[in-house]
Amino acid sequence: MPKLHKLALCYLPVNRWALKVFTRNLFVFRKTWTTNLAFNIVEPLLYLAALGVGLGMLVDDIEGMSYTQFIAPGIVATSAMWAAAAECSYDSFVRMHYQKIYHAIVATPINLREVVTGELLYGTFKSVLSGSVIMVVVAALGLVPSAWALLTPLVLVLNGMAFSQLAMIWTGIVPKIDNFAYFFTLIITPMFLFSGVFFPLEVLPPILQQLAWLLPLYHIIVLLRSLTMGLVSIDLIYHFLWLLIFILVIFPLPQYLMRRRLIK
Amino acid sequence: MVQLIVKAENLQKNYNGFPAVAGIDFQIQKGQCFGILGPNGAGKTTVVAMIYCFHPVSGGKLTVLGHDVNDDPRAIKKRLGVVPQENNLDLELSVRENLLIYAGYYGITRDVAEKRAGELLHFFGLSAKADQEVDKISGGMKRRLTIARGLIHSPDLLILDEPTTGLDPQSRRLIWDHLRSLKKKGLTLILTTHYLEEASQLCDDLIIMDKGVILDDGKPAGLIKKQVGTKVLEVEVEPARRNNLVGSVEHLISGYQLAGSTVYLFVPEDETEAVKVLNASSYVNAFQVRPANLEDVFLKLTGRGLIYEDDDNLENHRHAQTS
Repeated sequence: MPKLHKLALCYLPVNRWALKVFTRNLFVFRKTWTTNLAFNIVEPLLYLAALGVGLGMLVDDIEGMSYTQFIAPGIVATSAMWAAAAECSYDSFVRMHYQKIYHAIVATPINLREVVTGELLYGTFKSVLSGSVIMVVVAALGLVPSAWALLTPLVLVLNGMAFSQLAMIWTGIVPKIDNFAYFFTLIITPMFLFSGVFFPLEVLPPILQQLAWLLPLYHIIVLLRSLTMGLVSIDLIYHFLWLLIFILVIFPLPQYLMRRRLIK
Repeated sequence: MVQLIVKAENLQKNYNGFPAVAGIDFQIQKGQCFGILGPNGAGKTTVVAMIYCFHPVSGGKLTVLGHDVNDDPRAIKKRLGVVPQENNLDLELSVRENLLIYAGYYGITRDVAEKRAGELLHFFGLSAKADQEVDKISGGMKRRLTIARGLIHSPDLLILDEPTTGLDPQSRRLIWDHLRSLKKKGLTLILTTHYLEEASQLCDDLIIMDKGVILDDGKPAGLIKKQVGTKVLEVEVEPARRNNLVGSVEHLISGYQLAGSTVYLFVPEDETEAVKVLNASSYVNAFQVRPANLEDVFLKLTGRGLIYEDDDNLENHRHAQTS
């Protein structure tokens, strides 16, 4: 029972102190956003152009969608995933390890759990922002037929939180900044390739289809593709709940690892 | 009635079983500048990190500003300021923005923060640099800014962990001036340092630590008088004759230290008799008399900083006798 009580403590840092850490990052972002955001937006659009327009010429319609239309929601989701993953890995590591910002903040009334939570909120913000911007561009290109797409930011919040947490877990573990390469090669890139962004998972052997169910990005893409195409059904609740439970279950982990790393 | 700002009772800290702080007691009173002296690895930073509630205590009791560190770190941290050993400023932000962002962590409103930041920038001579990016100001200025940042919420206690390490002598003296005027205003300061001049210039009271324990404590002048005396004779002598030299003045000194070809003789009161002996001696190459300082105390207590030959006899002799 006392263990359970301790676990509950991990959810308390979603509070006004964590918001101060978020505000700090937002303040810095306001000074640097031009370089920051452009990078996050240009790359996904290059993918969309090369694969949608180029490869799309060779591919038949999928489930009644043009190939560009098919991959567009996936490009939105993956760019948002990359934004969160990069923010809470490389950028958080720089703040924690090189700039010692975490040390500076925990000397104030804010504690380390709140610092981690604030970082996750900021990673989520960056993710929702870049995903939404791509969504607007994609919609402007006429690739989004349904008004359900207006719910995109909500899905992107789940996306941003899930990948911010996964990245922050690595930030709590890696000895050196170079070690993030493993995180991207072993987790983010396979997620990018096998979550149904570029082809429907039905073409894969059943065992791989089942494995894809374990990937958070798979659920995000199902949600986003259904919303943008207006294919809304009660089944979407399962994907939503899967993500919500995933986020809540791993939520204590980044805090635990960061405390273990910094507090002796 | 003197108010206690910090009280440590049998304070302990273990890192994976290694005792970094091995049960120490000390008290810090309001308005004091309290020094924690020791070589690298003595446990100084660990002690202050426990005071500002970064590292949890492993044993004993630590009360800061009236709260037990285990009970309410937030209440303690609201009322103390920290100047860490390594600068951890926001490099992307300007000098002023660094102060404003930090004020935000304490929940200080923007108006109050602006006013307070302006005062602090003026006090630390940084007004002209207020809008510069922190990356572009000098090391001494970064240090002053870090101290200003630690004061943004007008704390009751300021903790400085090696505040002048790595600075040039001029910047160091400037920081000492600032710390002295803060002390005059009644602020309580805790200072860790391995610069003995810094400790003697600033500290009212200090503890000397090594390997996690307190070797001695007191006021700088009192410690010098008690451990060393008033004068030190630095004697150049043939290494082979060092024991002869020490033997010939043993009754006149309170202790001694050996370092290469130099012998430091600690004289409790009057050096006249000892000087006579040295003048008469055939194997003394040269000697000089100087006032005893904190450095002598430190070296005597820690035995560090001096190079000893691998000679068991000499090692044994270095334990100076206290009269």
